[in-house]
Amino acid sequence: MIHSSLLSRLDGVFLTLILGALVLWFVPAGMGRYGTYVLSLWLVTAVAVMGLNLTLGVAGLKSLAQAAFMGIGAYATALLTTKGGMGWLPAFAISGLLTFAIGLLLGFPALRVKAHYLAFVTLAFSTLVWLVLRNEQWLTGGVFGLSNIPRPTLFGLKLDGHLAFHRFVVVATVLLALALWWLIRSPWGRAFLALRENPVRAASLGINIRAYTLLAFAIGSAYAGFAGALYAPLVEFIDPSPFALSASFFLLLMVVAGGSGYQLGPFVGALLGVVLPEWLRFTGGLYLILFAAIVVALLIACPQGMLGLFERFWNAIRRRPMGRNLPLREEQP
Amino acid sequence: MAEFIAYLIAGLATGAIYALAAIGFTLVWQTSQTINFAQGEFVMLPAILILAMVGFLGAPFWLATVLGIALFVLLFGWGFKIVIVDPMIRHGVLPLAIATMALAIIMKEGAKDGFSAEAQNFPSFLPVQTISLGGVSISLQHIAIILVACAAIGGLQWFVTRTKTGRQMQAAAQNPNVALVLGIPVARMVMLTFLINAGLAALASVLISPIYLAKFSNGEVIGLFAFIAAIVGGFNQVRGALAGGLIVGVIDSLAAAYISTSYRLAVPLVLLVIIILVKPEGLFGRKEERRV
Amino acid sequence: MKNVLEVEHIAKHFGGIVAVEDVSFAVREGEILGIIGPNGCGKSTLFNCVLGQLTPSAGRVKLDGQDVTGLTPEEMNKRGVSRTFQLLQVFPELSVRENLILAGQEHKGTMISRLFGARDAGLTAEADRMIGFFRLGHLAEAKAGGLSYGQQKLLDAAMAFMAGPRLVLLDEPAGGVNLTMLGDLKERLRAMNAEAGATFVVIEHNMDFVMSLCTRVLVMAEGKVLAIGSPDEVRANPAVIEAYLGH
Repeated sequence: MIHSSLLSRLDGVFLTLILGALVLWFVPAGMGRYGTYVLSLWLVTAVAVMGLNLTLGVAGLKSLAQAAFMGIGAYATALLTTKGGMGWLPAFAISGLLTFAIGLLLGFPALRVKAHYLAFVTLAFSTLVWLVLRNEQWLTGGVFGLSNIPRPTLFGLKLDGHLAFHRFVVVATVLLALALWWLIRSPWGRAFLALRENPVRAASLGINIRAYTLLAFAIGSAYAGFAGALYAPLVEFIDPSPFALSASFFLLLMVVAGGSGYQLGPFVGALLGVVLPEWLRFTGGLYLILFAAIVVALLIACPQGMLGLFERFWNAIRRRPMGRNLPLREEQP
Repeated sequence: MAEFIAYLIAGLATGAIYALAAIGFTLVWQTSQTINFAQGEFVMLPAILILAMVGFLGAPFWLATVLGIALFVLLFGWGFKIVIVDPMIRHGVLPLAIATMALAIIMKEGAKDGFSAEAQNFPSFLPVQTISLGGVSISLQHIAIILVACAAIGGLQWFVTRTKTGRQMQAAAQNPNVALVLGIPVARMVMLTFLINAGLAALASVLISPIYLAKFSNGEVIGLFAFIAAIVGGFNQVRGALAGGLIVGVIDSLAAAYISTSYRLAVPLVLLVIIILVKPEGLFGRKEERRV
Repeated sequence: MKNVLEVEHIAKHFGGIVAVEDVSFAVREGEILGIIGPNGCGKSTLFNCVLGQLTPSAGRVKLDGQDVTGLTPEEMNKRGVSRTFQLLQVFPELSVRENLILAGQEHKGTMISRLFGARDAGLTAEADRMIGFFRLGHLAEAKAGGLSYGQQKLLDAAMAFMAGPRLVLLDEPAGGVNLTMLGDLKERLRAMNAEAGATFVVIEHNMDFVMSLCTRVLVMAEGKVLAIGSPDEVRANPAVIEAYLGH
């Protein structure tokens, strides 16, 4: 029997997410405060990369504002929970809705013309957001940023300690990843893939290209908003620098490094982009160059990223005649 | 009024430099559908290379300039095409665009770690005096920059429209398949555009660095303005990129003077959004028909 | 007999080049209309004008008597017009079944049900029926990209029928398909025409294929209609003979 690699891969995704969550729930027990923080930061970054993976990897759109959207989410949550006195959960929801709405507003004019205009519009938007964050001191604190961002209390549970907060991040990440997992398996996911692979054919099949393109971009942006809402209480202090244009580039590279279009790719990409630099601190700024060079090498050798490389390796080991790249036409029942 | 004219000339000068970067960008786009997100870094790096030659080799400035530009064109004209574009274009334009972002990070961080994180003085080849004309003080440097940039662009335009190689280059950009049939060496013509792009970027670098100082992070703003210039002018035209560059330069200069220094960057961005909303093919661009 | 599609004085210019010039014809309900003509005579451009891929420079297109000129391809598809393309257009990363579900999903339910409802949009049975009909049964789970060329052509055609269209425009369905597959394809298309009552317009280069499949044939040359009629009438038409054998 020919087995569907797509189906089995998706179910593998589900199992991996659940297992991974369990492992990450318990793993930091023995780790120090800083180690736990790095793990949480990895997951939060992965959420932003997940959104971009939907925009770029699944729907094939270039967004250069993912870090800016993350900034909007982080500042919105910080402001709502400090000055606004709001709970984290409503602030989180508002951050997501806000970035979703901005995604729609931004995507609408850009995608009216040609898909690559989205890259330029988001590039411009990214710079604008950064300017506002830096200049509007009365609201954002300017270069001094916002501090004393509280950690949430949910359902009577205070999530102040680093371990409690880490577990909270694990749960939030897994829920967000599962929602995306559902989305990609739904007819929407199929339509996203279709508009990446062949928009002309997709349109001729009645797929509303503009609506789906906009939705993919807006949902991807909302994930950056969610990531920001998790990031603000994690670091407890935010300033404009992590949300600059170069950070958006960096998030894109993480999508590609992990494996663009693979659902677990964001975790691998964020691991390379966030956790590895902590281990390679001794290289100083060279780490960035190293990471970028790895991405270029991957793009030349295996554009499917680390997970693509892994899949290739796996198929080579199994040496099964029905590997995904082999023609299936000889197989008769 | 005198002040206004001075700002206008300053804007035209930086605008002419943005135009150089934007033209290279559109040439490369036309021949290989490559959006080079490292274009700003392409303008940042040559000045750094030149200063590095002076610093490490102790070469005199003029020699360092010649060597630096030659090295840059070799690495980021020829090398960029061979190492990044050629192997990646078969995977499609998306991986290539992302590779140029990675390249931007490598160039920027490389300049910071390999040379300096501080802004460096960069000597000017052009006169730096200011003269006064009827109460208006005019920087000779600005006038000279406008002249040099316009001469370069005029030369390019002459080359593209009047010489055989230039026309072949255009044919290769417009329809590579037909060009191949006509016996035009398409691969060599595409390479030529990459070399020209690197050359224009190097010229822009030498012109702009005396004004902005040479710094690893310069690429972000220059790249952004080059993109905006290309889109405002129209993606498929050399004269569009020239006009776009001048418009963006002037608007930026006037915005900095009359609106707000902290939001000067925002004004060209707003212009970009308006253009995309109202005339997405650019002021001088041609509409492209939907195709199957 | 009722006309499903009426094309009235359609013209298309690219700059100074006239690709299609004043073309008018009607497609009758249930028929298989073939369109033939030498390369570059404007057949595909005509198709693209009718289906909204291109905006015609002049003229109108009517579907069931309603003006549909200038509608987008999506809107045309929503009104029951589907098509195939000259070049293969299946989604190689999706399985055969997924390709078919994709081709039908936008015609069922709402955006909301497509997000929260069943993963297959309730189309698995219909997709499998189509797979059976086009004899791709053993390949339902295989990735479309791994199929042979002929099998992909069959899938391509099958996708055009998933939404139960009233009118199907097939652009060179037989192009590059080997002889054994060709007979299969012709027979399947004919059965589809008889069973589902769908109306076809077929662009084709393969004369035998067109003459044996179609009920009427339209001949184009240099962007204009040269002749239209039954296969026998067209074969006997002096203008057609002139165009095909004259030079």
